[in-house]
Amino acid sequence: METTDLIFRIVLIVVIFAISLVVAMYSTYAERKVAAFFQDRIGPNRAGPWGILQPLADGGKMFLKEEIIPTNATGFLFIVGPSLAILTACIGSAVIPWGSAISIGGHTFDLQVTDINVGVLYIFGVVSLGVYGIMIGGWASNNKYSLLGAIRAASQNISYEISMGLSIIALLMLTGTLSLKEIAEQQHGFAWNVWRQPLGFLLFLVCAFAETNRSPFDLPECETELVGGYHTEYSSMKLGFYLFAEYINMFISSAVMATLYWGGYNYPGMDWVAAHVGPTIGPLIGVVVLFGKIFFSIFFFMWVRWTIPRFRYDQLMDLGWKILIPLAIANIVLTGVISTLLK
Amino acid sequence: MESLSNKRKVLEVKPLNFLERAYLPAIVGGLSTTMKHFFKKPVTISYPEEKREFSENFRGMHSLKRDENGKERCTACGLCALSCPAEAITMTAAERQKGEEHLYREEKYAAVYEINMLRCIFCGLCEEACPKEAIYLDGDIVPSDYLRKDFIYGKDKLVEAPLNQ
Repeated sequence: METTDLIFRIVLIVVIFAISLVVAMYSTYAERKVAAFFQDRIGPNRAGPWGILQPLADGGKMFLKEEIIPTNATGFLFIVGPSLAILTACIGSAVIPWGSAISIGGHTFDLQVTDINVGVLYIFGVVSLGVYGIMIGGWASNNKYSLLGAIRAASQNISYEISMGLSIIALLMLTGTLSLKEIAEQQHGFAWNVWRQPLGFLLFLVCAFAETNRSPFDLPECETELVGGYHTEYSSMKLGFYLFAEYINMFISSAVMATLYWGGYNYPGMDWVAAHVGPTIGPLIGVVVLFGKIFFSIFFFMWVRWTIPRFRYDQLMDLGWKILIPLAIANIVLTGVISTLLK
Repeated sequence: MESLSNKRKVLEVKPLNFLERAYLPAIVGGLSTTMKHFFKKPVTISYPEEKREFSENFRGMHSLKRDENGKERCTACGLCALSCPAEAITMTAAERQKGEEHLYREEKYAAVYEINMLRCIFCGLCEEACPKEAIYLDGDIVPSDYLRKDFIYGKDKLVEAPLNQ
């Protein structure tokens, strides 16, 4: 690896980390604002104009609040829980291609931290580790309600993981690669995978909701049944870490969804634009497009949250095992038959 | 049995058709409903800056009235305290001295008049009981405070401002 390339990657890691944090911070603000608009309210409007400094105020409060560790909590694991949650949420961003190759001062760089040829598997492996953060946190709290929340997270995990894996197999059959960069390249221009795999996309979408612990599948937390959820005993920034992890997760899975199905940084007419603005600005427009897709998808997560009531976990299991898995298998068979016939 | 009023509605429970069982059309319908609200004007009233207009018969903070000459109307008869279901009103009566005719309308007046706003339920019975039309609940919302003792409102807070000031 060249030195310039190495430096560029290190810069990219820092930038992506910073962007993930900022997006996560402002997702909490957006969530409150969007929720308010859906309920005909105004939402946070005290800190700064339109309340845009609200995340900073929240963060300051989180850091300054008293930190409570219950006497009977397993001290070490109690701290490991939220750290693990945020760690697994962050490292998923390593394989996401943020844009096509960019050329700066004669050098060409990939806008991706690393292009491993098992990118999709890596993402799936990393995000399914996220449930350990919740499990350990819920268990270490030494609180039966937290434990119930954690167990529900685990039951949710086994309900959707299989259908999620199956739902993208059909996509992988079409692309013939596990590298996210290649998948993004294949969808050049307007040849997005969602046109070829609408059913697969739908299944993936449902699973993505379960994976990010977002409503309607936010089973690990429920005020009416579990007092709070897996994070009942958490206070101050440790709770903040859990919330942060949720929003970073949402950001990363939106990015994965955009890359797998919505063409990533591709947009119609990108060749024409790239030819006119040069090889430095062109990829940056692609990055902006990708972020547009990500933000819409985050908005969609919030939109659904205020529309559909929470599932019971037996309903989620029914959905996962009796509906999503058969549909995913049918999708695989259908894709196989059609692509064989078209050859 | 035949219904007497003819108002009974018999609900039919039909089995769901395929589209209804597929769940997705209902979800799309729900999403569009939420979206409609996204673009609606917020109904919020930002309270301290913006105030909703109260109705005519709104009961707010009490005020002890003065008559047309600026004398206090209250004669400390105690009917308001007696009618108060929450026992929020206490008073001490005193006799009017010479030279105080311009302050109090009759020979007896309330030297101390206190309403405990934490007990008051704003029922308006004191207003109704008063034979001298001295007390009205025509004020604003009672402001918040930090200490319980600050919610015991004395004459300094209750009596109307003098006429010529």
